[in-house]
Amino acid sequence: MADALPRESAPLDAATAAPSLAQRARRPLWRDLLAEKRVVIAGSYLALLALVAIFAPWIAPRDPLEQDLMLSLLPPAWAAGAEPGYWLGTDDLGRDVLSRLIYGARVALTVALVAATLAAILGSVLGLLAGWYRGLVDGAVSRLVDIWMAFPPVLLSILLVAIIGAGLPAVIIAIVIIDWTRFCRVVRAETMQQAAQDYVIAARTIGFSRRAILIREILPNVAPVLVALVSLEMGIAVIVEAILSFVGLSVSSDMPTWGGMIAQGRQIIHHAWWVLAAPLAMLFVTVLAFNQLGDGLRRALDPVARR
Amino acid sequence: MSAPLLDISGLSAISTRENARVLRDVDLVVAEGEVHGLVGESGAGKSTIAKAVLDMLPRTIRVTGGRIVFRGRDLASLDRASLRALVAREIALIPQDPMTGLNPTRRIEAQLTDGMRLVAGMSRGEARERALALLEEVRIADPARTLAAYPHELSGGMRQRVLIAAAFALEPKLVVADEPTTALDVTVQKQILRLIRGMQERHGTGVIFVTHDLGVVAKICDRVTLLYQGKVVEAGTAREMIETPRHAYTRALLAASPRYDRPEHGCDPVPGSVVAGLEAEIARHDEGRAP
Repeated sequence: MADALPRESAPLDAATAAPSLAQRARRPLWRDLLAEKRVVIAGSYLALLALVAIFAPWIAPRDPLEQDLMLSLLPPAWAAGAEPGYWLGTDDLGRDVLSRLIYGARVALTVALVAATLAAILGSVLGLLAGWYRGLVDGAVSRLVDIWMAFPPVLLSILLVAIIGAGLPAVIIAIVIIDWTRFCRVVRAETMQQAAQDYVIAARTIGFSRRAILIREILPNVAPVLVALVSLEMGIAVIVEAILSFVGLSVSSDMPTWGGMIAQGRQIIHHAWWVLAAPLAMLFVTVLAFNQLGDGLRRALDPVARR
Repeated sequence: MSAPLLDISGLSAISTRENARVLRDVDLVVAEGEVHGLVGESGAGKSTIAKAVLDMLPRTIRVTGGRIVFRGRDLASLDRASLRALVAREIALIPQDPMTGLNPTRRIEAQLTDGMRLVAGMSRGEARERALALLEEVRIADPARTLAAYPHELSGGMRQRVLIAAAFALEPKLVVADEPTTALDVTVQKQILRLIRGMQERHGTGVIFVTHDLGVVAKICDRVTLLYQGKVVEAGTAREMIETPRHAYTRALLAASPRYDRPEHGCDPVPGSVVAGLEAEIARHDEGRAP
């Protein structure tokens, strides 16, 4: 009964086009990122930390390994009995705490960057495949994740490093091997959710191959979650590295690490609190920054929330 | 009379997850250039039929019998690649939800020209020209700006227009509209119905119009098939079905539709006796058949 319909030429756009495009100014991505306070604050801090780590030899006031037993356990600059030039005091071997912190950032950030990236690649490739192709692939990947997650992570990493041997690459490998499951689970769920959307069915009716849809349609929609997760994972990697350093399984002792400093500070906490407090504070602030950055990125990159 | 555009006969399907019948011997004929309403409540199997025509059935649904013949070709006899190619070129989908029917991360231009470039092999420029013309045809005020926009920058009605434009982009013979107005508010709904009808008439396209709303059927459909639990209850022209419904269920549904011309009347729920009658029909149908 099409004749019951008014003619199509009746004015149409008055209602549907009301919030016109012209009124909605287009914002480039960087504006969205800058509008998110967490991204700005956490991002600036991490950028600064990265610069400090890169230029450590020029920035650090002293050689982080240089011992001077005459100047051991100096308190921070603001306390009584401080020595000028030793801003955060010295440890029991007379090494400058500030310089060790700065060099420690190198290890922390290297591990964060490399381990999180590799874990993200490994985990999300498996997650994408499992979530998109389902069936046997999904069964295999999901069972693997289930089994994997039954191991206590810290124990597993200690075990792994003990087998592979200490050192930076071993720490990175251990983190990747343990934490790929985080990415895998989230990316798999997100992929499944995207796969059920109408736009995916529409793309299939046009005849796109499954692989093309995965790469062109689904991956960009999974990316915001992935970016946020990478940032969170960097925070986790910093902690894991600190734990491994704490138990002496990370890099060799001639390279200062925050975890190593914490282990060392723990033994002299009663007469030199700053040796423990300084690396602890750095660890705390850095992990917090990674978490906040991840949270902010997730909001800023969400294409639906971007308005 | 020439061969119908789409001829579905005896289509049966089961859900492997619930091990239940979802389609029971469905017959459905869509003529060229006709709008055919597929009506039923949730779970009546209307979307399943639509998906079967597009070869987009989820894995959990298995066709157990019947044939889908599209322009003289039995879809089941085609190999995967030819079926994909046939669907891509000649059958299009207008998805239900304009929110999820467009990919939020891609610009309208990319999404609208996908099919033209992949299936029709147009160049970027040709596809853009065609996209602009289509957006004009679906009465979008500023086609050029819309092409450059992301879906979230458009209103729901505009998104649905874009999806309609995309569906007609390759001059398909059949458009499957899966509840295209359900997610829209009533004023926009009316415009969209009008638009689909207009596009369909100009392009001479057959349309399967899936809906649960008999009011919508009255506005847009030529013929209607009413389903209950995967079984055809009544089929006929829209006028017949609305003015002289034969089946008690059809009458009950019509009585249950809200009437804006007499709001004080309210809606009558479908009586239990009618439902019991339907259940009995379903049971008779299933008797003696393997599940």
